Amino acid sequence: MTTTPTPSQKRSPLQGLLAHPLSSEIVAFLLLIIAFFVGTRLSPHFLDRDYLLGVPSEYIEAGIIALPMTFIIVAGQIDISVASNMALTATIFGLLYDRANLPLGGAIVLALLASLLLGAFNGLLVAKSRLPALAVTLGTFALYRGIAQAFIGDKSISGFPEKFNGWDARFLAGAVPMPLVVFLVLAVLFGLVLHRTYFGRWVYALGTSEPTAQYSGVPVAKTQLILFSVTGFMAGLCGLLMTSRYSVARFDIAQGVELDAITAVVLGGTNIFGGRGTILGTVIAFFLMVVVRTGMGLHNIKIEKQLIVVGLLLLFSIILPNLLRKQKT
Amino acid sequence: MFTRKSLLAFAGVLLVSGLFTGCDKKTPEASSDKSTTTAPKEGGTTSTKETATAGVGKAAEVARDASKKIKIVYIPKNTGNVYFDSVIAGFKKAQGELNFDFDVVAPAQADAAAQIPFIKQQIQQKVDAIAISPNSPDAVKPALVEALSKGIHVITIDADLTGNEEGREASITPMDFSLVGKSQIDLISELVGGKGEIAILSATTDAPNQNFWIKGMKETLKDPKYKDLQLVDTVYGNDQDQKSATEAQALLLKHPNLKGIIAPTSVGIVSAVRVVEASGKADKIAVTGLGMPNNLRKYVQTGSMKKFALWNPADMGYIGSYLLVGLVNGKIKPSVGGSFEAGSLKERKFGEKNGIIAGPPLVFDKSNIDQYHF
Repeated sequence: MTTTPTPSQKRSPLQGLLAHPLSSEIVAFLLLIIAFFVGTRLSPHFLDRDYLLGVPSEYIEAGIIALPMTFIIVAGQIDISVASNMALTATIFGLLYDRANLPLGGAIVLALLASLLLGAFNGLLVAKSRLPALAVTLGTFALYRGIAQAFIGDKSISGFPEKFNGWDARFLAGAVPMPLVVFLVLAVLFGLVLHRTYFGRWVYALGTSEPTAQYSGVPVAKTQLILFSVTGFMAGLCGLLMTSRYSVARFDIAQGVELDAITAVVLGGTNIFGGRGTILGTVIAFFLMVVVRTGMGLHNIKIEKQLIVVGLLLLFSIILPNLLRKQKT
Repeated sequence: MFTRKSLLAFAGVLLVSGLFTGCDKKTPEASSDKSTTTAPKEGGTTSTKETATAGVGKAAEVARDASKKIKIVYIPKNTGNVYFDSVIAGFKKAQGELNFDFDVVAPAQADAAAQIPFIKQQIQQKVDAIAISPNSPDAVKPALVEALSKGIHVITIDADLTGNEEGREASITPMDFSLVGKSQIDLISELVGGKGEIAILSATTDAPNQNFWIKGMKETLKDPKYKDLQLVDTVYGNDQDQKSATEAQALLLKHPNLKGIIAPTSVGIVSAVRVVEASGKADKIAVTGLGMPNNLRKYVQTGSMKKFALWNPADMGYIGSYLLVGLVNGKIKPSVGGSFEAGSLKERKFGEKNGIIAGPPLVFDKSNIDQYHF
């Protein structure tokens, strides 16, 4: 993947850090530590273990989707239809359970199958039509939410059983909320696949140079199809998780989740043009976003200012390593 | 090389989360020391014991210190919305009379669940009372129930948690919505001189309040008093300016004898009056409905719009302040049929499901529009 450059000349510690293959991840991590301490300064209510363990649950869907999104962006693609997929899958699940009176398990399986197909549809269009993923998923971004709205309009579907609702209020070992546990487990799984398997190498190869990957025998279309299908499936899963969290399925849930997920990926050091990025970076950046928002939120900082800070953070974390990398050469 | 470093950094993340285990706020270092030596999985188990004590601590803090200033937070649907700015102005007016701490927090977008993190942040800050204009009647309920269970008083403003009333103690509704249909027909009848063709420009086909009001208008039209008014068309502009304007234009073409348009939506009413004014028919076709003074001020001044209605959103913030302060002090106990004093607005009653109606419809015209800024 990446190689450490030979230290041919004397380097300052800063340059040394930035020459490190994980420089972006390190920057994100340092920002996380800073954000954490700023958070403790801003509000006396910040440093509360139960609360801090619980806050990632509020944004967990963005975190989970950021994992397959890391793959997609490393492969030089993008999928902005994920939040619409979430809404449509939640809607389909609601209809199957509430209107078609399917048993809970059946409704979940069918809804997840639908989300897989929604993702595969993106993948097919990208792989076969050779259209840019941005254009394809911009189309399905509108299409999927549109279908969801056509299905249930401005209505909420609720009345799901108690065992389905409120998964974020369940804990591992009585203290760690399930969303955090699931996110970390999934992160390890996705990390292993991206960094430890042939498939992972194909993904990097695709993002580095598609023609080269093709000539080296990487099954380009197949890889793309798998990437978008898995992303679709994960989006569907998140749609169900969000439905459980809110105890309600609606067409307008999860607006902007795609942007939060992409922000976490890019903030974590993944190159938006592909070829570079790690799951570790995405995970750190997700926690960074959660800590930044929570810290400011507890201080009642207005949302406009919060958005400005998140935006600046993103620009800073992208520009800084790039600028200094250039200086180095 | 890759894995070792990623593992190291990963351990770093866990270390930071280990800081979270510092229940005792004074010594975060001590607890982080502990977690550096424990593997991630054990970190989970060590925290179990501390949860129990944290839980006890919270329960004990529910009883509030009466000498402290009451802290009220209002969570509107979204930020940068002049309508809610008016509600906020109502809170601030009452703040001058009642002396409480007041803050406003809200998401940037009005989607169903965006308010949840904000509610949880307020619970964490242990405010005394939350007033919320919920974006969805059901998605925010669990968070509000949690707030109530921690001794925070909760009321809704403008929109209620219909079907999920256990998420709030009381609800302030702008006006008696069953009167909207009738008052709109009264208005248009007055403006067109009691006879002629009229049409409705609504928002979306499935917006519950719109349909309820339209139903009310149709019921009212059955009254022999309005036998000369004919409702010839109902069109939908989806609360988008462009679509509403196109629909209004189509109404003028399809119904050359049209005398009036009712647009009971703050978006559609502006589009309708603009189209009518631009077509030069403002003296022949009356436009009215529900709208915001800021958007319609210029049409009222040019005379293209004579009258329209709404309510005064500031009243809701003002009444909400008196209600919440009373709830926190224990001086107001919501009960159907009961009542309380809301400062200069005098007595307000708890209706069905502890719903409170803020006031009668407010009709705006040239004479009073400059007093309102929303």
